[in-house]
Amino acid sequence: MEKRKFLFFVFLFLSVALIVLGLLGGEFRVVWQKAVTVCLECIGIG
Amino acid sequence: MKTGDLKTRIKRRIFQVAATLGFNLDFLSLMKGNISQAKTKGLCLPALNCYSCPAAIGACPLGALQNSLNSLRYNLGAGQKKLGLYVVGSLGLMGTIGGRLPCGWLCPFGLLQELVYRIPLPKIQVPAFLTYLRYIILVFLVLLLPLLVVDASGLGWPWFCKWVCPAGTLEAGVVLAALNPAIRGQLGFLFAWKLSLLILFLVWMAISSRPFCRTVCPLGTILGFFNRVSAFRMRVDLERCIVCDACQKVCPVNIRIYKDPDSSQCVRCLKCEQVCPTVCISHGFRLSEKEAEQITGA
Repeated sequence: MEKRKFLFFVFLFLSVALIVLGLLGGEFRVVWQKAVTVCLECIGIG
Repeated sequence: MKTGDLKTRIKRRIFQVAATLGFNLDFLSLMKGNISQAKTKGLCLPALNCYSCPAAIGACPLGALQNSLNSLRYNLGAGQKKLGLYVVGSLGLMGTIGGRLPCGWLCPFGLLQELVYRIPLPKIQVPAFLTYLRYIILVFLVLLLPLLVVDASGLGWPWFCKWVCPAGTLEAGVVLAALNPAIRGQLGFLFAWKLSLLILFLVWMAISSRPFCRTVCPLGTILGFFNRVSAFRMRVDLERCIVCDACQKVCPVNIRIYKDPDSSQCVRCLKCEQVCPTVCISHGFRLSEKEAEQITGA
């Protein structure tokens, strides 16, 4: 298998595995909670 | 200009506008001056689109990454295994599929830069040495400082969002300040600093092509690492290339694609492909060299 193809599948597998592990650990909700709260730093308040 | 070239240009612009609107669909929140509470905001969008933009219906992956890092010690101390795996995996998936393809086709801030660059003013190149600044910003403001500098409770700050991100200033700061009197009343030095940076970038965008992508954007920098392994790829048939540099003249990031089709700076806008006189540049979702050769039929 060519190097690029091999690396593609390695990164694809790792990415999907991390997403699944994160979702199982409830991280979607963590991201959502932050995203629905006004980010004072993004606005430039604090 | 060939019909196919025009089609690609129009198609890309449609993608950019559609993504900008699609990522910011909650017009009701925008009118109210509050930020959207959409259930989809847990999804990391493949673009620099501030999640404190009132209309945003997704999360900015950079903001989410910094928040994962700046709360890591607190979470571990509290026995919570929230390690930011989902955010890192989302970034990896975006990069593995398209590399910097979203920069050229989906990013609202990329679109803004392209539109401002159309203002008829004398143009200057971005100095090459400044393109290395993005690595420093990524390492320090996005990764190290959020992780290492924390308060007594173990929580840190999203340093890039706080001190630099002009997308946040524009989409969240300016919009919310205009719509929400309570927020307007709290603005001070930090907002003035961020607004100055935004104005600086807007001026720079008018005279240089995509200066933010090339010198600062940490998201583009992360996705750029994946240009060498992504399924979407550019290809140059060197046997047909006459090294006329027509590709470099239209390239928004000023690279010679024939030297390195997988350059971490390439935003996959396909402008080079459209102007190549020998039609030696091509693109596609191909993994192996054999498959890549089929793109051009070489």
